[in-house]
Amino acid sequence: MTSKPLKQIHLAAHFPGVNNTTVWSDPAAGSHIDFDSFVHFARTAERARFDFLFLAEGLRLREQGGQIYDLDVVGRPDTFTVLAALAAVTERLGLTGTINSTFNEPYEVARQFATLDHLSEGRAAWNVVTSWDAFTGENFRRGGFLPREERYSRAKEFLETANGLFDSWNGTEIAADPGAGVFLRDARAGAFAHRGQHFDIEGRFNVPRSPQGRPVIFQAGDSDEGREFAASSADAIFGRDGTLEAGRAFYADVKGRLAKYGRTHDELKILPAATFVLGDTDAEAHEIAHEVRRRQVSGQTAIKFLEHVWNRDLSAYDPDGPLPDIDPEVGENTVALGRASVRQFRDPLETARQWRRLAEAKNLSIRELVISTTADQTFVGSAATVAEQIDTLVQADAADGFILVPHITPGGLDDFADTVVPLLQERGVFRTEYAGTTLRDHLGLDVPRPASGRQTVAS
Amino acid sequence: MSSFPPASTSASASAFTSASSAPLHLGVALDGAGRHPAAWREPGARPGELFTARYWAGLAAEAETGLLDFVSFEDSLTLQSSPADGPEGPDGPDGRTDRVRGRLDAVLVAARVAPLTRHIGLVPAVTATHTEPFHISKAIATLDHVSRGRAGLWIQVSGLPDEARHFGRRTGPLEEAELHAEAADHVEVIRRLWDSWEDDAEIRDVATGRFVDRDKLHYIDFEGRHFSVRGPSITPRPPQGQPVVGASGDGEASYALVARSTDVGYVPAHDGDGTRAAVAAIRRAREATGLAAQPLHLFGDLTVFLDADAPAAAARLERLDALAGLPYGGGGAVFTGSPGELADLLLERREAGLSGFVLRPGVIGHDLPAITRDLVPELQRRGVFRRAYEADTLRGLLGLDRPANRYAAHPAA
Ligand SMILES: Cc1cc2nc3c(=O)[nH]c(=O)nc-3n(C[C@H](O)[C@H](O)[C@H](O)COP(=O)(O)O)c2cc1C
Repeated sequence: MTSKPLKQIHLAAHFPGVNNTTVWSDPAAGSHIDFDSFVHFARTAERARFDFLFLAEGLRLREQGGQIYDLDVVGRPDTFTVLAALAAVTERLGLTGTINSTFNEPYEVARQFATLDHLSEGRAAWNVVTSWDAFTGENFRRGGFLPREERYSRAKEFLETANGLFDSWNGTEIAADPGAGVFLRDARAGAFAHRGQHFDIEGRFNVPRSPQGRPVIFQAGDSDEGREFAASSADAIFGRDGTLEAGRAFYADVKGRLAKYGRTHDELKILPAATFVLGDTDAEAHEIAHEVRRRQVSGQTAIKFLEHVWNRDLSAYDPDGPLPDIDPEVGENTVALGRASVRQFRDPLETARQWRRLAEAKNLSIRELVISTTADQTFVGSAATVAEQIDTLVQADAADGFILVPHITPGGLDDFADTVVPLLQERGVFRTEYAGTTLRDHLGLDVPRPASGRQTVAS
Repeated sequence: MSSFPPASTSASASAFTSASSAPLHLGVALDGAGRHPAAWREPGARPGELFTARYWAGLAAEAETGLLDFVSFEDSLTLQSSPADGPEGPDGPDGRTDRVRGRLDAVLVAARVAPLTRHIGLVPAVTATHTEPFHISKAIATLDHVSRGRAGLWIQVSGLPDEARHFGRRTGPLEEAELHAEAADHVEVIRRLWDSWEDDAEIRDVATGRFVDRDKLHYIDFEGRHFSVRGPSITPRPPQGQPVVGASGDGEASYALVARSTDVGYVPAHDGDGTRAAVAAIRRAREATGLAAQPLHLFGDLTVFLDADAPAAAARLERLDALAGLPYGGGGAVFTGSPGELADLLLERREAGLSGFVLRPGVIGHDLPAITRDLVPELQRRGVFRRAYEADTLRGLLGLDRPANRYAAHPAA
């Protein structure tokens, strides 16, 4: 056998929210707003020694066909506020917030993350997302001003600017010496200036250097620019695909981009989103998974999903009947607004052709087709099977770990914590205790030195 | 059972007159180690902990043992400065190293403290000038969700050029009146967003497959001079319906903002006549907005140095001033004396038309416990302060009803 040491798996928990992953109709599904739900979910993840909890973000309620989308969970609390409150009821769990770089300003976001890092004693992470659309922009002062091709140029400059702000304090400035009357050792603490295409700002940052120096940076865009941005600037990338082949390809692609930025293989973790269904036996798990899929994709949901690709009203079609014989409307998607998933379908005509072929070959209705083409649960089986699947994928370099998205709020992680985690621990691939206190400790990442290198003499 | 009269549940303006039997409301405003620039050098000030959760949680817990209505957290989007004596002048940071510099985001501090407290209101300061009302609205709504109805908001404006340079999107500073008008629009957007979900919008109707009733979600379509916002919020309506909005009424330019946009106005409580004049001006402005029937608390804003007696307090202030190198001139009204004397002053000063006070401890480590352990028992003895929390929400503590939703269809008459 190989002499390669076993890779240690990273696990994170994605709070189930506004997409059809969440089965809100299940009697076990609780509130996705009530703080108790977040507390339960976070404490389960921490009890299982997960690396971090993850919150997605949306800045406008989705619409379809000119109306607010009402079939999935709608609404969510504010990311920073929930994470700061969770810092009070957890001790080690990393706290990752998705925050958009288009509809925010660096000074404000940098101080929110630096504050979160202080208030959690080093557990903050930022998933930098770049949704740029004018639809979302209608909720903001500056409106929908950003052309699509500029989303990563702003994101990159946003992150550079924020890093400049984080680095404007090097961590030795605060003396707080009452006897000497010296609070700051350095009269210029926090001084920064950034001049660029998107930001032209200068002044004094007002949050001292936080325990992690900078929050851990995540990236979650899967375009070529997105991967490049991750390779150059992120500590982890949140992928879409948790299968062996696609996972390995993505893994190799993204890790292969690191060298040109002078970064090593371990400096970027690859953590795909993954769903799971557990049963006492594999057969039972597959049965449950089938049932969950049907509840995730109702007839109405299937039609709405098809409209993402067809970009036209399909409400007259029968979800239990065949695919529409009309073609998708090409061009800008005006039917489904506020969804990242519509951007997956770059060539709707080709997608429709493939789906028609598939439906014909297997004799699938619209609903059956949608169930089979939208991602199946990543991990299905008994606890032993799922532990094995996860370990296999990680050891095969299809991922460094997974961000698990249960389909029930907030108890959907409980079984995983109680049954799968102990098996991974037995295999020696998952921690039984946290080795450190910060999220950087959990992920094996160094604390960055302030890049500006402004020297201050520590007394 | 408490002998304390329950907070009025009446929404009429008469609940906010200063009848001498009415209970007094009391908040405490926290900033760094305290209002005095040398506060951080006092014993018990813990200046090395200002950026820790432990520090703020401890202060909120102390305020809660004193049964205070709320604790507020000061904030700004720039480094603290003392413009008058700074080498870089009034436009920028002063480069001083002998005072507290740096602070944490107030909304996050309030959220961090929320799960560790149960009754006290949590009121972060927010600068309207440089922030997005959409973000602030969902943040405060969420603070209300995580605290189960104890969120407030202290809206502020900033005309400082150095603060504007941190954002870089304004070409020049706005006039005072315009800053306040923009803040009023900001609050209007926030409030509309809080109402943009009706309370029962989430229906989870398994039969029809609908999670929400979209007829109960509303576009706010705000169009103003400085921005427009479409809505609805992404965060469901907070437990209080409308968290408690406050602003400082410290000069003509701010009165319209207080009158149009707030539930609580904070007026410097310098002296009887000045306070009376400010109260009258704000009440007139309230009439002019047509909101006179809506309750509006006016609180006196007062920095306090509390000791066994007036000479002791004066001596402490003198000692602090000597450390700071100049006499305290932090702006606003200042009280030095004993808790008993402060109780006298509060009861006298409220005759100017105030229903409560927000006290700013000169030295938090010293004056906050003096408020909670000495002043509060003194007020309780006089029968003007609660002996137990009588409500679960900040609106409840302040005797404010949960407001109806402006967008909800009114039941047929
Ligand atoms: C797995 C995954 C999760 C994402 N989660 C969010 C999210 O929570 N909020 C958001 O605004 N965008 C989210 N996005 C969108 C992306 O971050 C990105 O902004 C968008 O896809 C455009 O970039 P791209 O063209 O590189 O994909 C997500 C994308 C992926 C792949």
